[in-house]
Amino acid sequence: MSEREDDRPDPDALLAQMKAQEVRASRARLKIFFGASPGVGKTYTMLEAARRELADGVDVMVGIVETHGRSETAALVEGLPVLPRRSVEHRGVKLDELDVDAALARKPALILVDELAHTNAPGSRHVKRWQDVIDLLDAGIDVWSTLNVQHVESLGDVIQQITGVKVRETVPDAVLERADELALVDLPPDELLERLAEGKVYVPEQVARAAQNFFQRGNLLALRELALRRTAERVDVDVLAYRREHGIDRTWPTRERILVCVGASPGSERLIRATKRMAEGLRAPWVAATVEVIGASPLSAKDADRLEAHLRLTEQLGGEVVRLRGPRVPEALLDYAREHNVTRIVAGKPTHARWRDRLRGSLLDDLIRGSGPIEVHVIAPVESAPAPAATKPIGEARGAWPYIWAATAIALVTAICMSVAELVTLADVTMLYLIAIMVASLMGRGPSILASSLAVAAFDFCFVPPRFTFAVSDVRHLLTFGVMFASGLAISSLTVRLRRQERDAIQRERRTAALLAFTREVAAAVDESEVAVVAARHLEDGLDVAAGVLVPDNDGSLVAAAGLMALAGQDETVARWAFDHRRTAGHGTDTLPGARVLAIPLVDGERAVGVLAIQRRKDARPFVADQVHLLDALARQTTLALARVRLATEAKESALRARTEELRSSLLSAVSHDLRTPLAVITGAATSLRDDGDRLPAATRAELLDSIVDDARRLERVLANLLQLTRVETGMQPTREWVPAEELVGAALTRLEGAIGDRAVDVDIQSDLLLWIDPVLFEQVLINLVENALKHGAPPLSIKVVRIADRVVLEVADRGHGLPAPSDRLFEKFVRASAAPGVGLGLAVVRAIVVAHGGEVSAEDRPGGGAVFRAWIPAGTPP
Amino acid sequence: MSTVVVVDDDPHVRRFLRATLTGHGHSVFEAASVAEAHVAIAAHPPAIVLLDLGLPDGDGLSVLRALRLDSKVPVIVLSARGQEGDKIAALDSGADDYLTKPFGTGELMARIRVALRHATEAGAGPAPDTMVVGPIRIDQPRHEVTVDGASIKLTPIEFKILVALARQPGRVLTHKALVRAVWGATSTEQSHTLRVHVAALRKKIEQDSARPKWLVTEAGVGYRIRDEAP
Repeated sequence: MSEREDDRPDPDALLAQMKAQEVRASRARLKIFFGASPGVGKTYTMLEAARRELADGVDVMVGIVETHGRSETAALVEGLPVLPRRSVEHRGVKLDELDVDAALARKPALILVDELAHTNAPGSRHVKRWQDVIDLLDAGIDVWSTLNVQHVESLGDVIQQITGVKVRETVPDAVLERADELALVDLPPDELLERLAEGKVYVPEQVARAAQNFFQRGNLLALRELALRRTAERVDVDVLAYRREHGIDRTWPTRERILVCVGASPGSERLIRATKRMAEGLRAPWVAATVEVIGASPLSAKDADRLEAHLRLTEQLGGEVVRLRGPRVPEALLDYAREHNVTRIVAGKPTHARWRDRLRGSLLDDLIRGSGPIEVHVIAPVESAPAPAATKPIGEARGAWPYIWAATAIALVTAICMSVAELVTLADVTMLYLIAIMVASLMGRGPSILASSLAVAAFDFCFVPPRFTFAVSDVRHLLTFGVMFASGLAISSLTVRLRRQERDAIQRERRTAALLAFTREVAAAVDESEVAVVAARHLEDGLDVAAGVLVPDNDGSLVAAAGLMALAGQDETVARWAFDHRRTAGHGTDTLPGARVLAIPLVDGERAVGVLAIQRRKDARPFVADQVHLLDALARQTTLALARVRLATEAKESALRARTEELRSSLLSAVSHDLRTPLAVITGAATSLRDDGDRLPAATRAELLDSIVDDARRLERVLANLLQLTRVETGMQPTREWVPAEELVGAALTRLEGAIGDRAVDVDIQSDLLLWIDPVLFEQVLINLVENALKHGAPPLSIKVVRIADRVVLEVADRGHGLPAPSDRLFEKFVRASAAPGVGLGLAVVRAIVVAHGGEVSAEDRPGGGAVFRAWIPAGTPP
Repeated sequence: MSTVVVVDDDPHVRRFLRATLTGHGHSVFEAASVAEAHVAIAAHPPAIVLLDLGLPDGDGLSVLRALRLDSKVPVIVLSARGQEGDKIAALDSGADDYLTKPFGTGELMARIRVALRHATEAGAGPAPDTMVVGPIRIDQPRHEVTVDGASIKLTPIEFKILVALARQPGRVLTHKALVRAVWGATSTEQSHTLRVHVAALRKKIEQDSARPKWLVTEAGVGYRIRDEAP
């Protein structure tokens, strides 16, 4: 940015824009109904809109819409023409898919295709539904679709961080960018949870458990924010395009963008920091601009250095630096602001005398006058003592000026009345004086009294006969004097009261707003440190103090969770005392008043959950009532928030303890039973061979030996599984390699040669399929699945490895009696079919290993009898 | 018969090995630590060493490395499942084979037989012109392979893999060793390339490549050609 750019749009940009318009006019339009999570009502909104289109005579058609059995949604579909679905039979399951070919043949003007992220059944035209949609668009058919934010590809890792759920069905960002319109369907999390509780949100059974974790308020809030931001970004892009197309010069308030005016004055540093904080709060980009005035004398070396330091600071704090040039500072700033959609300008409060503005013009005035829709924030550029206004008597304008004005007004009225004394009556003169008194009264009680006294004196002296003496001839005039005084006093006290009310209202509103903001932010905090950070920030902003929040850690000592440096010495003692005694202590109190900090315990019921530590400026005045209220309210809210997160943590911990306890007891029983049994067999058989070997017939001896060998092997299997499970569950990462599927199956079957014997095993492996697995661990998966089938099922076994879409499924099936119900417990530890021997660890190991590979397991009855166990793992990208 | 040195810190394992090995006519000397191992090997030059890797005063690998400085005596490593990394390290440091605990007597004696045979044959010399493993017959100079008398076509790499394994039937070769044997010592080939070639080779020489009889996988370690039918 150097010279001021002229207002004509860049010709290249114009050309590109014309081309884009052409393309847009000729190509079909894609509209995406975009939501934060399932259940916000995307499909519903889309159908409603579609009905309106239909009513307008548009050739609308429902390509595929999942009503999930919701009658309200189903009712909306009725009356809309519906494209028959294409049925696909896959592994005995009938799946309904969008019939792309039929849609292309029918060619409606607009087609509704629900759930853009859907993965099609194997054997469909495309793997993903969004690819179908692109086909439809290419054929000139407008498409409306729905999408949840967690399916946006670029947000995958963020979503996983937030929800802990890895989303497999994703839609490339390019598809979102291809959309001509992104319609946000929004529902506040609380309402969504309510709908969920009422069963109005469809959750497929197989993901019900994942859904429990997913549908948590914190997750929903975060997802909603993501969706809103994503849409906002999109809208920003659209607005820029629109502005280019229409040559619009006015700023359009969409997303925030902040500009701070920086100069060489030392105060600029504070401005920069304040802007940075504001930008953080608004999540807005910010820019520090400095203006070189054309024709001005260059900066001194010292000033230039300081300016550079300010710009460096900006960059360190993550802001952008621009250097502008122009004949005048305000114009240069405003031009830049308008061109770049700046929504707020931050400027410093003038520190120089007013005559300078008169002489040179005021930057601030010009900025504010020219800013139009842009907000201008004025910040005191230097660290000054907090404004003492709050403690001043209200309604007293400061200084001598109001008194001078009051005296002048009376003098003026006297002069006017004197000059026309012959034409007016005494009553008229009284009226004029009253007006002057009223005006003076607006400036406060003092000026009011002065004006009344002067008016009475002047009136008496100049007009009341006998004129030009203070003598009063008529008692009547004394009443006039009294009225003058009284009205002056009455008006001034009314004014004072009004102003006080006004100030109170403003302060109350500010306090309420601050509390509301705090409550909202703290509600989203999920742990103690987040609560503490929010609390400390609000305290610092609201009370102009340094603040910190201390919470007890596991062994009861207080640690700083946010704000303030760690406390030491007496300050630490104060905090500890306040916490232990649940009473406020420290600076300004009766307990340990010598400390630098004021410690306020956060007491929830009978126990303290933390301590607020507040350190005031050295020269600060005592808190006024309002500040005390705010402090109290913040402390109360912080307490509630801390108690809430603590309860949540404790609930989680106790659930975990209970699970650990359960696990330990089942492990004990499993070990005592399943390790002892084979040991008993081995010991018994071996001792009888040792003691009575000679007397036993050869056949019995062979039998005893066989049972020793068999039970030793059984013992080994149990131990191997326990070991494997412990390793995987304690977080050992698989050592992954690309392994041909045949090799994996071959290795497992080789190790199982003895166990399988001559039983039939059908093997069906997709040729040249490479698996991204830990070969040692995964061999165990296959071995356990086959052993499980051998133990509980009946031959023939069948093993199948095949890639479906972006996953590989490894399947072991048998022809036995099928699964014992319920199937979802099968993969739990120590669960076993009642009659069968073994610890019930095999399938738990299978699941643990598969999950460590980022996959999942499933089991179901097989059509035609028997059971089928499947392990799904991500296919990855083979080399 | 032969002299066997057993290095294992567990007295029960030593007792079992001594009983089994003496039963088969070998003379057995025991060592329970790295230090004892050096003494026993020096005092009774063995025909074969059975070496446990976890010893109280050090790593079994150090015994192996010291031994390999001046001796080619066959070494069979004893280790547990889940220690594939240790097995590979041992094999790449010159161990001849490994046995996964627990193992049966049959398996132990078979491995010892294979190791002793390779020790007496000139394992390092040029490969013999003709090699026979089960139904597989390899004619080196003519690059011809037959399975049950039927000629099969192998790519040069598959042929090299087969020769490398068949030269020492019954013995495991690590992925690294095989990659070196096929592509040369400076090769940068990845082990998944090797796996793909082995899978292709298996399809040609095995009746059922999903249940291989001859070219078997040692999961996480490498491959082995069996020298006798399972």
